[in-house]
Amino acid sequence: MAKLDWPQQGKAALLGKRHDRIDGVAKASGAARYAYDILEDNMVLARVLGCPHAHCRVKSIDVKPALKVPGVVAAEALKKPGDEIQWQGDLVAVVAGETEGAIAEGLAAIKVQYEVLDVFAQDDDLEAAQKAKRTRRAGQSTKLERDIPDEVEDEEAWEEQELQRLFKECDKVIEGQYGIPVITHMCLEPHGSTCLWQGDKLIAHLSTQNVSGTAGQFAGPLGIPATDVTIHCDYIGGGFGSKFAADTWGVTAASLAKKLGRPVKLMLDRDLELKNAGTRPSGFIKVKVGVDGNGVVKVWDSHHWGTNGIGGGVVSQGVIPYVFDPPNRRRRATGIRVNAAPARAWRAPNHPQGAVLSQCAYDDVARELGIDSYEVFQRNLQRVSNGKTEVYREQMEIAAKLMDWKAKWHPHGKGPRNGSVVTGLGMALHTWGGAAHNSTAELKIHPDGSVEISLGSQDLGTGTRTVIALVVAETLGLKPEQVKVNIGYSTYPPSGPSGGSTTVGGVSESSRRAATAALNQLLDKVAGKLGVPAARLEAKDGRIQDSQNPETCISWKDACSLLGMSPLVAKGEYRRGRTKTNLSSSQVAGVQMAEVAVDLETGIVRMKKFVAVQDMGLIINRKAAESQVQGGVIMGIAYALFEERILDPQTGAFLNAELSDYLLPRLGDVGEIVVHLYEPPSEYQRGVVGLGEPPVISPGAAISNAVCNATGVRVPTLPLTPKRVLDALAKAQG
Amino acid sequence: MSEPVRSRGGFSRREFLKGSGAAAAATAVVGAPLVAPAEEATGLIRGAEEVTLQVNGKAHRVRIEPRTTLLEVLRYQLGLTGAKPVSADGCCGGSTVLLEGKPISAATTLALDCVGKQITTVEGLGAQDNVVQAFVHQDAMQCGFCTPGFVVAVKAFLKKHPYATEEEVREGLNGNLCRCGTYVNVVRAALEVVKGGRNG
Amino acid sequence: MKNFEYAAPRTEEEALALLAQRPDQTAVLAGGTDLVPLMKKMLVTPQRVVNIKNIDSLRGIHAHSQGVTIGAVTTLDQLLEAPELEPYPAVKQVIAKLGSLQLQCQMTLGGELCRRPQCWYFRNGYGLLGRRGQLVEQGDNRYHAILDNQGPAKFVSPSRLAPALIALGAVVRVAGPGQQETTVPVERLYRTPKDDHQRELTLSPAQLLTHVLPKLSQGTLNATYEVKHGTGPQPPLATASVALELDGSGVVRSARVVMGQVAPVPWRSREAEEVLVGQRIGYELAELAGAAAVAPATPLSQNQYKVQIAKTAVKRAVLLAAGLETGGL
Repeated sequence: MAKLDWPQQGKAALLGKRHDRIDGVAKASGAARYAYDILEDNMVLARVLGCPHAHCRVKSIDVKPALKVPGVVAAEALKKPGDEIQWQGDLVAVVAGETEGAIAEGLAAIKVQYEVLDVFAQDDDLEAAQKAKRTRRAGQSTKLERDIPDEVEDEEAWEEQELQRLFKECDKVIEGQYGIPVITHMCLEPHGSTCLWQGDKLIAHLSTQNVSGTAGQFAGPLGIPATDVTIHCDYIGGGFGSKFAADTWGVTAASLAKKLGRPVKLMLDRDLELKNAGTRPSGFIKVKVGVDGNGVVKVWDSHHWGTNGIGGGVVSQGVIPYVFDPPNRRRRATGIRVNAAPARAWRAPNHPQGAVLSQCAYDDVARELGIDSYEVFQRNLQRVSNGKTEVYREQMEIAAKLMDWKAKWHPHGKGPRNGSVVTGLGMALHTWGGAAHNSTAELKIHPDGSVEISLGSQDLGTGTRTVIALVVAETLGLKPEQVKVNIGYSTYPPSGPSGGSTTVGGVSESSRRAATAALNQLLDKVAGKLGVPAARLEAKDGRIQDSQNPETCISWKDACSLLGMSPLVAKGEYRRGRTKTNLSSSQVAGVQMAEVAVDLETGIVRMKKFVAVQDMGLIINRKAAESQVQGGVIMGIAYALFEERILDPQTGAFLNAELSDYLLPRLGDVGEIVVHLYEPPSEYQRGVVGLGEPPVISPGAAISNAVCNATGVRVPTLPLTPKRVLDALAKAQG
Repeated sequence: MSEPVRSRGGFSRREFLKGSGAAAAATAVVGAPLVAPAEEATGLIRGAEEVTLQVNGKAHRVRIEPRTTLLEVLRYQLGLTGAKPVSADGCCGGSTVLLEGKPISAATTLALDCVGKQITTVEGLGAQDNVVQAFVHQDAMQCGFCTPGFVVAVKAFLKKHPYATEEEVREGLNGNLCRCGTYVNVVRAALEVVKGGRNG
Repeated sequence: MKNFEYAAPRTEEEALALLAQRPDQTAVLAGGTDLVPLMKKMLVTPQRVVNIKNIDSLRGIHAHSQGVTIGAVTTLDQLLEAPELEPYPAVKQVIAKLGSLQLQCQMTLGGELCRRPQCWYFRNGYGLLGRRGQLVEQGDNRYHAILDNQGPAKFVSPSRLAPALIALGAVVRVAGPGQQETTVPVERLYRTPKDDHQRELTLSPAQLLTHVLPKLSQGTLNATYEVKHGTGPQPPLATASVALELDGSGVVRSARVVMGQVAPVPWRSREAEEVLVGQRIGYELAELAGAAAVAPATPLSQNQYKVQIAKTAVKRAVLLAAGLETGGL
């Protein structure tokens, strides 16, 4: 009998080792086809017209002139007179045509009249937002060691008094302001689809993180049953949390395709992608912390604000303060409604902001007290929200060794100066859930020995196919290339959306379960043939063998031939919270340290070295896991040093919605990145935990802290551009 | 496969056989004639014309307008979708192809400007190409959308700098943008090719 | 893109003839790195595009007794590799740090000099002088001009090579309209527009920039220092190009200091030049030159920091030209 449990640590043939991804050649050689790349016979292209105003009402819209442009085959309004538009780039009309040029001319020919309305676009300016009546209270929560006395009537007033009393008891009270602006997802493949109809059935080649969960989103608006919709996505060019839905433009492509009787490809242009299809909420905070003489935080009092677009949501209070859980804290939040599209989940929603808004304050404690930041972080580990004090402690030790922290450390602003260049260290730590999502897999063993597994999952870049192949091959004693992995179609058994670091856990669960179930059926057949009880049989190195006497064996191929005419089919299913499991788990920690150099004359910050220590339970593919961590760190360097959405304060125009203006790090900007995968037996035993989000959380805080350590000055708001660094230095000098 | 047809720059009106209503889909023309010297080339081209493009060593008849970009032709007429439309301005390297051996952005190049020139796309390198293989070994990809452009850029860079050091690699490959954060492994892939001495 | 008629002439004469017919509705195409994106966004909608890349006489680098003549369609990678340009590190330093192998190979010298501004109000369709400068003044002007910005023009001149070429005393040969031919200092290719009818380039649409000729006496020290946020192809925050002639004892006999990305035109700083002339190059003098260069700066609401950056660029360019350590990152 094959056991469901993972092999003991160190005993696996494949798991935890370094493997090339099985679709690597397809991706590197250009053979991989993304939704943007799907070519169908007789296909037309379509593009949308974005509204030029950030807040307006449509007075009239006339698409007929577009139809006169040669090569244009359809033009439709997506808004009607009277509709209010709340952000620049909102979709106003769509044009389909034979060539990109024809479509562009068609879009330019559309006549729309707007009534321009008042705009608000300054999410960092709380006062201005209040004046413009654009704020919304987003809650307050207080936790104090002392209970509120029963006789108290005005609880808020009592809490305020108590906080003041607590602050007075502290050895030092430190105030700070920090901020992290809106950024975009910037998927290199924009949102969109190629849609075609076969009779009454829709096939949507969709750039999606959610192969199994999107059919209904097309079916509803189109008025057809979900059974008539097939979603297909072999490859997706970036999602990061922004591609879970069919979206209005997806449904538009499908209905246009129906009307025209031709396949339609509708992908967003770069600027409309940025304006419509995904941003991360901003966060700005005023913090007051009270500490004892050792830098241990006793009281935290904060108010943060920011925006998630026109809805006026803000970074969740739950991440303030982040990871650290001081005994007394009050946190308040205010949302600001700006004329911008609604935010979407962005890799580790809330956490990167939480880390910056909280852990910069913890680092300022070190600065104010003149204590090593490492010591302050370590001393505050006694109280952490996820109970992982010991894991953090060990990870910090490993990270410090890799960074050579002790040798490099100097108090904030007091390091050696090489001309105009100073260097500094900073750290941060994070937490994430990463529990496996629901997943169902169907595995077939064919009588000729070939194996295939099907599930409606997707590969965001994690290497999902490779993970599945490794799990199945490990279970069946085969090589990964002997396993055909079918993902990317909604017709396969459903698997969850790839969000929140849930995919590797989910597909490992279902694949392991399906493969184990299939193997046990096969072992029953082999048992008779070999005369060995099935319970003693194992699959190893391409054979089925007696575990007590490996010479009694049969080759995989011969074993499968015992199946007769029909393939063996087995299902593996995992339901979060319902399926009892020791294959996967949740909750990770993670510690990151940054070393930067700062040019005090230009404000330029350069990454010298970055260390990321990360746990993830059991590692499936070590090579891809390291890539994930590197990628998270680099995306973190991006928002720490380069990227931000810039809205014009007067018009609300998204000024840097093209890649020539939206700054991102290049290969030469990332410095040395050291990844340490933390996998002691205690972690391995937990099974698989998701890895996608955690490494992107800490870089903002770690890098900000490193710049502060280098210069002795806190640059309050990310990204730490030359402008912000020089402005902060100038302010500090008075 | 036919021998690549080489020519000097320029093109001739003879290239622009008037469209006969042929389908937009291109056909490979084996043994296409050399591009003629262009004494007539001042002629203005208006509207769609049929021309020959030399892509990956083969001649292809395509029907294009003056405004048609090379990227649009490659993707929608020749089915070569390795070069990606990432930005309108070509600053991201997503649509990198080789034009007469040099890396350029197909998104900002007019197709007419490529007539008579050798175009090599990532598909022309092939799965066995040493740079492609190095990208796979070093896992220099995640979502993979930027990867073909990066592969072509690395190919061109190493042709010019076959013994590139890590520092030169870090300085020389900043025209390509990756959002997933694969840069570390792209550096390793480029250095693997250098060390393997297999570039060229 | 709007459709257009297209021609790829083989000679200057043919090109000029094509330009002469409807100059205002004709655009010159070289590398395409700027024109094609502008046409895609319909910020430029020419009825005719004249591709000058096939004109043999506009290609290549020719050394002669007076220096070198560089054809306008020579690509930047060719300049970087050209031994004839060894005396001009100010030019090569820019190209080496351009931040994109693809742009090096695709962008031409003439095209680089004639790029349209990167000002995001312009690129987003608000016009080059958006609401007579009011959009920039009250908007996000973090990358805008700190000098010569008191009129409606607040964008910065985008060319990265123009400051170097101006420092090197380069002239351009301009052909047209028709049979005419003139020689113009690079400096005079640019102007600060006073109203919406003026372009930032002084060339008339019927003219063609054909060649660039750096003019430099032997032994002139020169360098460019660009302050860049990141290694990619985005514009620098400020740049400075410096050319210095020293006498036998190391005293500066003449100096040219030109800043980029700080004003609607490449900005020649006579103040910095005056500081340098008659002195020996050293750290203090370089610092003084930097301070003098930005003394007249009038920063906008959000670009005070560019004053410091421009000052540093000048200082470091002087040091670099003199072969001294620049320091910094």
